[in-house]
Amino acid sequence: MTANVTVRVQEADFDVGAEISALAGGRTDIGAVVSFSGICRGREGEESIAALTLEHYPGMAEAEIAWHAETAMSRWPLSGIAVVHRVGRIAPGENIVLVLTASQHRQAAFAAAEFLMDYLKANAPFWKRLEGGQGPDWVAARDHDDDAAARWTKS
Amino acid sequence: MKVKYFAWVRERVGKSEETVEPPANVRTVDDLIGWLSRRGEAYAHAFETPRVIRAAIDHAHVKPDAVIAGAREIAFFPPMTGG
Repeated sequence: MTANVTVRVQEADFDVGAEISALAGGRTDIGAVVSFSGICRGREGEESIAALTLEHYPGMAEAEIAWHAETAMSRWPLSGIAVVHRVGRIAPGENIVLVLTASQHRQAAFAAAEFLMDYLKANAPFWKRLEGGQGPDWVAARDHDDDAAARWTKS
Repeated sequence: MKVKYFAWVRERVGKSEETVEPPANVRTVDDLIGWLSRRGEAYAHAFETPRVIRAAIDHAHVKPDAVIAGAREIAFFPPMTGG
């Protein structure tokens, strides 16, 4: 993996500030860090959510995220990327996923963060099960996430 | 070859992985879904709507017509909902 690309899948929570320091701390060539945090909501439409349980495909998930991070590194002028995706049981208000992109200027960092999140939502091998009022049920995939991911492959 | 199942596919099949040896006429991912579906009610339930089932061979996403010869690990799962 390219230097300064970090990919982790873990049960533990993460500290956004600590992750930014690890990515960009002590460097004077980075002018922009974009940080996206995905957080568990307590409500989906009319239904309240007690918790989400995330499952992943160990090995494939890490490798695929790393491959997409490398793709982003070659597509935009980036100084570094960190992706942390949690698995296991996650309660409302808790972090689910973190994407950090660092660059000299903001445009590349914003674009790469969006590219990585669109990939993670639609095509990374993770599955959410929702504990709600109707009992546990798997979250259905959404067409708009597929559309968002597909736009990066258009010319 | 090893077959892995995730999310509701895993729940319906009732196991997360197993080793299978399909006959030679089972050539593609689609063929394998058909062959597994005939192994019992749990499999038939898991694969009752093949178009929603996603597959990966050796950690790479593949289409239903992908050839399974030489695969070490084939995974079946529903559409992804990460992020």
